[in-house]
Amino acid sequence: MAHAHAHSHSVKRYSGLMDWLTTVDHKKIGILYLIAGGLFFGIGGIEAILIRLQLIKPMNDLVSAQVFNELITMHGTTMIFLGVMPVIFALMNAVVPLQIGARDVAFPFLNSLGFWTFLFGGLLLNLSWIMGGAPDAGWTSYTPLSTTEYSSTHGVDFYTIGLQIAGLGTLIGGINFLATIITMRAPGMSFMRMPMFTWTSFITSAMILFAFPAITVGLVLLSFDRLLGANFFDVAAGGSPVLWQHIFWIFGHPEVYILILPAFGIISEVIPTFSRKRLFGYSSMVFATILIAFLGFMVWAHHMFTTGLGPVANALFAIATMLIAVPTGIKIFNWLFTMWGGQIRFTSANLFAIGFVPTFVMGGVTGVMLASAPADFQFHDTYFVVAHFHYVIVGGLVFGLFSGLHYWWPKMFGRMLNEPLGKWTFWTFAIGFHLTFFVQHFLGLLGMQRRIVSYLPNQNFDTLNFISTIGAILMGVGVLLFLANVVVTARKPSGVANDPWEDGRTLEWSIPSPPPEYNFKQIPLVRGLDAFWKEKMAGNKEMTPSEPLGPIHMPSPSILPFVMSLGLFIAGLGFMFSTEEFSNSFMSLIFNKYIVMIVGLVITFAAMIARSVFDDHGYHIETEELEGEGKA
Amino acid sequence: MSAHAEHVNGELPHEPEKATLEGRNKVLGFWLFLGGEAVLFGTLFATFLALRHQNNEGPTAAELFSLPITAAATLILLVSSLTSVFAIQAMHRHNLEKLKLWLIVTVVLGLGFLGLEIYEFYEYVAHESFDMKTSAFSSSFYTLVGFHGAHVAFGVVWISLLIAQLFKKGLTFVTAPKVYVSAMYWHFIDVVWVFIFSVVYLLGKVG
Ligand code: HEM
Ligand SMILES: [Cu+2]
Repeated sequence: MAHAHAHSHSVKRYSGLMDWLTTVDHKKIGILYLIAGGLFFGIGGIEAILIRLQLIKPMNDLVSAQVFNELITMHGTTMIFLGVMPVIFALMNAVVPLQIGARDVAFPFLNSLGFWTFLFGGLLLNLSWIMGGAPDAGWTSYTPLSTTEYSSTHGVDFYTIGLQIAGLGTLIGGINFLATIITMRAPGMSFMRMPMFTWTSFITSAMILFAFPAITVGLVLLSFDRLLGANFFDVAAGGSPVLWQHIFWIFGHPEVYILILPAFGIISEVIPTFSRKRLFGYSSMVFATILIAFLGFMVWAHHMFTTGLGPVANALFAIATMLIAVPTGIKIFNWLFTMWGGQIRFTSANLFAIGFVPTFVMGGVTGVMLASAPADFQFHDTYFVVAHFHYVIVGGLVFGLFSGLHYWWPKMFGRMLNEPLGKWTFWTFAIGFHLTFFVQHFLGLLGMQRRIVSYLPNQNFDTLNFISTIGAILMGVGVLLFLANVVVTARKPSGVANDPWEDGRTLEWSIPSPPPEYNFKQIPLVRGLDAFWKEKMAGNKEMTPSEPLGPIHMPSPSILPFVMSLGLFIAGLGFMFSTEEFSNSFMSLIFNKYIVMIVGLVITFAAMIARSVFDDHGYHIETEELEGEGKA
Repeated sequence: MSAHAEHVNGELPHEPEKATLEGRNKVLGFWLFLGGEAVLFGTLFATFLALRHQNNEGPTAAELFSLPITAAATLILLVSSLTSVFAIQAMHRHNLEKLKLWLIVTVVLGLGFLGLEIYEFYEYVAHESFDMKTSAFSSSFYTLVGFHGAHVAFGVVWISLLIAQLFKKGLTFVTAPKVYVSAMYWHFIDVVWVFIFSVVYLLGKVG
C-alpha cells in the first residue's frame, strides 16, 4: 500500500551478531531455530549414545545409576522440548509465510520473542548439568519421584522452570502462526487452497495453544510444591500424585500430535513434488488432520491404564485411542495413492519421505496394540513402549524433518545439499534406526523394563541390547554425515534457481532462493491449489501479481525480545535457588531475599514497558530499490 | 499495509482498533491468547475442584470464607468491567477525555479489588493460620485465586501505562488497538472471577 512518506530516516540496520540478536525477519528466525534445535538435538543425541553404551552388555558400570537417571531424563526432555520442537518451528518460519504468499508473519516482534524465550529456557535446563545435577525423574517427572523427598538436587527445579520459560516461547510461536495463517494469506489463497504443510502447521499451532497452558500449570504446581512447600502432590497433606499424571498427559498426548502433524505436512509436500502428481485426496487430508487433532485431546488416559482409573474409564480411553488409527490410515493411503502412477524421483528428501511411510505405520500398529488396555498391563513401562514411541517420533517425525530439511534447504540457504551424501545419510540413519529400535519390541515382550540402569545376564536380553547399541551408533554416523553435508554445502557458492527441484508446486518456489527480506516484490494472485504449478501448467514462468509495485513496509529490528528473555532466565535462576542454603552471605542475601528474582523480573517488565511506550514505525523499502534488486 | 501514528484526528474511523492490519492482527492474536488463558485457568480450576476438600486438619472453606467481603470484591470487579465498556464506547465516539476518565475509574476499581484481596489473604495467613503450606486445599486456593489476582495486578499496571500513552499520544491507529485488547483482557479476568466467586466461595460455603 502506497504511503505518503517513508521512515527510512529512522531505520537502524544492524550487521553481524547484532543483526541476529535483533532480527524480526521470519527467515532469519527460522535459521536461529534450526541452529538452536540442532545444538540441543546434538546434546540429546550424545545422551542417547551414552544410555545405549551403558546398556550394551549386562551389569555394565559405565555410568552410575544416578547419572543414568539424569541421562534418560535429559535425553527425553531435550529431544522433545528442545530438539524437535525448534526444528519444526524452523521449518514453519522458513516456509509457511512463503507458502501463503505473505511478506511477513502477523507478529514479527513476538516471533523473535518466542525464539529467545525458548532458547533461554533450554539453556537454563541444560545448565543443570554443571550446577549441581540434572533432573532425574524421567521426562514425565511423575510425583512423588519428582518431589524434594526423592529428588533432592535442584535438577527437577531446572526442569520445571526451564520448561516453563521454553514453553512460553512455544506458546507465543503457536499464536503467531495461527494469526499469520488466518490473516496474512495472499488474495485467492482460500483455506482449501492452502498447501498441506501450512495446514498442518495451522492445526499444530492450535494444539499448542490449547495444550501448552496445561503443562505450564502443572509445572507451576510442581515448582510450588518443591520451592514454596505447597501440597498439590503430597499425599500426606491431602495432595494427589495422580493429578500430576492427568495434567501431564492432558498436555502430553496432544504434544505427540503437535510433533507429528508438521511431519505429515512435510511428507504431503515432498511426495507430490517428487511424484509429479498432485496430492491424492487433498480435502480428506485436511479433514483427517483436523480429526486427529480433535481426538488427540481425548485420549490422554491411555498413558494411565495401569494407574487404576477403573475398567469404564480404561475402556472409553482405549476406544477413543484406537479411533485415531482411522484418520491416520486415511493419510497413509493418500500418500501411497499419490505415488501410484507418479514419476517418482528418489532424491534424498524423497527417500526420507518414502521411508517415513512404512516406519510410521509400524509405530501406529504398536500404538493400537498399546491402546488395548488389558494388553497394556503387560506392555506398560517395558521396552515395547520405548520401541513404539521411537518408531513414531524418530521413524515418523525425525524422518519427516530430515526430508523437509533436504527439500527446503535450497530455499533457506540458496544452496543444494549434496545428493550422494544425503542418500548416505538416509541409508545409515534408516538402517541404524531399525537396528536400534526393532529389537526393542522383543526386549519389551521378553520383559525388559524401561529406564533401568542395568540387567542381569542370560535373560535373552544380551544380544538384542548389543544390536540396539550398534544401531544407535550407526544413527549417530548418519547424523554426522548430515552435518558433514551441511559443512560441504556451506562452502559452495550461493545461488540456485527459484525452483531448484523444477517440479515445485507451491508459492515458495516462485521467488528467489533465498528470498529477499520482503519475500514477494508483489503479492501473488492465487488461482488454485498448488498455485505455482497451476501457473506453470498454464505456460507462465511467474505468478500473476495481485498489486502494483510499491514501497514495502518492514518492521524494525529490536533487541527487546532478547532482553525480555534474559530477564526471565535470571528470574528463573533466582526463584530456583531462593530456598538454597549458601555458605556465602552475599549469595544468601541476593538469592534468599528474592533479589535476583526481582531483578530478572524488573528487566523483563522494563523491556515490555519500553516496547509498549515507544512505537515502532518500521521503515519502507522504496520502489526504486526494489527495481534495482530485481535487475541485479 | 501498515499502521501509522501520523493522521489527522478527524480521519479516525468508528472502530479505529480494526482500521489497520496490525490492529486487526492484534485483536485476533489477543483472542487466541485468551483461548490459551482459558485452558490455563481451566486447569487451575480442575486442580482446585480435585483438592478442595483436602483441608489436612487446617481450616475448611466453610470456616474460612466471609461472603460479604468477596461479594463486595465481586461487585467492584463487575462494575469495573462496565466502566471499561464505557471507555471503549467513548473511544468509538473518539472522545479522548471520556476514554481516559473511564479507564482511570477502571484502574481505581481494580486497585480496590486488589486491596480487598490482599486484606483477605493477610487475614488468612495472620489470623487463621491458613497459608500455602497448610493443606492441599490451601495450596490450590492460593494458586488459583492468586493467579487471578496477579492477572488483575498486571491489568492495572498495563491500563495505567495505556492511560499515560493516551495523555501523550492521544487516540491513534496505534493506541486504539492497545486500549481495545486491554479491555478484552479486563473482561476476561472479570469472567474468571465470576467463576472463582461461584466455584471457590459460594460452593465452599455450601460445603
Ligand atoms: C495410532 C496412533 C497411536 C496410538 C494408538 C498410540 C498409543 C499409545 C499408547 C496406548 C501409549 C501408552 C503406552 C504405555 O505407556 O503403556 C503410547 C505411548 C507413547 N506414544 Fe503413542 N500412540 C500413537 C501414536 C503416537 C505418535 C504419533 C507419537 C509421537 C509422535 C506417539 C508418542 C508416544 C510416546 C512419546 C509415548 C510414551 C510416553 C512415555 O510414557 O514416556 N504415539 N502411545
Ligand atoms: Cu498418547
